[in-house]
Amino acid sequence: MSEFALFLGCTIPVRCLGYEASTRRIAEELGIKLVDLNFSCCGYPLKHVDVVTARSMAAANLALAESKGLNILTICSACSGTLTDAKFNLENDPSAEKVKKELEKQGISYKGGIWVKHFVRYLYEDYGVDRIKEHVKVPLKNLRIAIHHGCHYLRPSEIYDEFDDPEHPKSVREIVEALGATVVDYAGELDCCGGGTIAFNQKLGAALAKKKLDNVKRAGADAIVLFCPFCAIMYDGHQRFIEEQFKSGPYNIPVLFLPQLMGLAFGIDPSELGFEYNAVDVQPLLEKIGERK
Amino acid sequence: MGSVTFMAESETEKLVVETESLDSSFVRKILKHPGGEQILVCFQCGVCTSSCPLRLISPEYNPRRIVKEALLGMKDLVLSSDFIWFCADCNACTERCPQGVNPSEVMKAIKNIAVEEGIAPPAVKKIVENIEEHGRLYPIEDFTQEEREMLDLPEIEPDVEVFKINKKKLLGEKT
Repeated sequence: MSEFALFLGCTIPVRCLGYEASTRRIAEELGIKLVDLNFSCCGYPLKHVDVVTARSMAAANLALAESKGLNILTICSACSGTLTDAKFNLENDPSAEKVKKELEKQGISYKGGIWVKHFVRYLYEDYGVDRIKEHVKVPLKNLRIAIHHGCHYLRPSEIYDEFDDPEHPKSVREIVEALGATVVDYAGELDCCGGGTIAFNQKLGAALAKKKLDNVKRAGADAIVLFCPFCAIMYDGHQRFIEEQFKSGPYNIPVLFLPQLMGLAFGIDPSELGFEYNAVDVQPLLEKIGERK
Repeated sequence: MGSVTFMAESETEKLVVETESLDSSFVRKILKHPGGEQILVCFQCGVCTSSCPLRLISPEYNPRRIVKEALLGMKDLVLSSDFIWFCADCNACTERCPQGVNPSEVMKAIKNIAVEEGIAPPAVKKIVENIEEHGRLYPIEDFTQEEREMLDLPEIEPDVEVFKINKKKLLGEKT
């Protein structure tokens, strides 16, 4: 059994419990052991304040996993980006001297012996789409899925060893298709959810999210599938707010975390996949899957 | 006494800047900051702006213009711009910039300089406060632990300290 440190970040264990629950459940199904360590914030929010401090905090988290001899799987794309960037910076950038000095001051040493990947990247790159397929018991044949990749899963591609094409990504598409669902193309597929803006300007952040909801609605998708807490908060948590703010919709687009969709295809009971935390009603979607049984 | 006429993106608004107000040390400061090292190679092609999702919502959000203003030394204008805080850090500009300027990192370097100079929105102060106190972006309430228990999720440590930070020092506040 493969064993990894699960990096939850700050937002998921507080605001996206359905994501966490479904991730743990499908990991169990796939034989992936997730270990919980006392990680802190990855450092991402501190990038606004001081990039060196942010990277030092990220590196300190890497050091914690390294001390246990575990590679890290993240399920928040911002955490993925921050931890991967810190590792990339320490290994490739002369400006990392400042970070090393900050770590030294607090008696932290990071040698660079571990790797960090988003859980979805790991599933695609290491676990393998074919092996995922072996677990599918309920192919999601009549579901039309709009994939939202989010920003930090793919960009900047330089720090991610270009594991997927940042302009024409295929990793998530292959996983969703392996579940039997149809992937729906829509305009602005790679656009940002606005989550990075909303803390500073709610209306502007919401306007970004609105564009995608409009495009997904037009494309006739049954659901949006994503794998980042901030993106979920924008499309699921803010869907009603956007309708009211912009007099748009009604959208009624269920927003699922990829592990929730995988769980459904694996035949796991929906009650084990944290759907009670979805803001937009998922019942019509579950019934649509049920129709095929 | 001189002045620079700066044609705005829309070509309808003409901005006259007194050269005395320009600060050439601003670019040097950005260059020294991690992420700002490549700002000088910007040749103003505008790929960043055409990739910017905020630009599609409103034309006033324009990363190319911010970079140009920084290069000209328009420090006060850049540091007081809302755009630097509204940037969603989506990295579309960084991914596509043909010169490797890394505009989203330049934006962070500029924000870091703004914070050094004591210009930080309240949201930023709250973030730093929570991370200093709890090691996390949000404090863990009892309510959260109860919800987690109901879902059979492991209890989480409310306060963690993997790397110590100092709020006053980070926000440039006097002790």
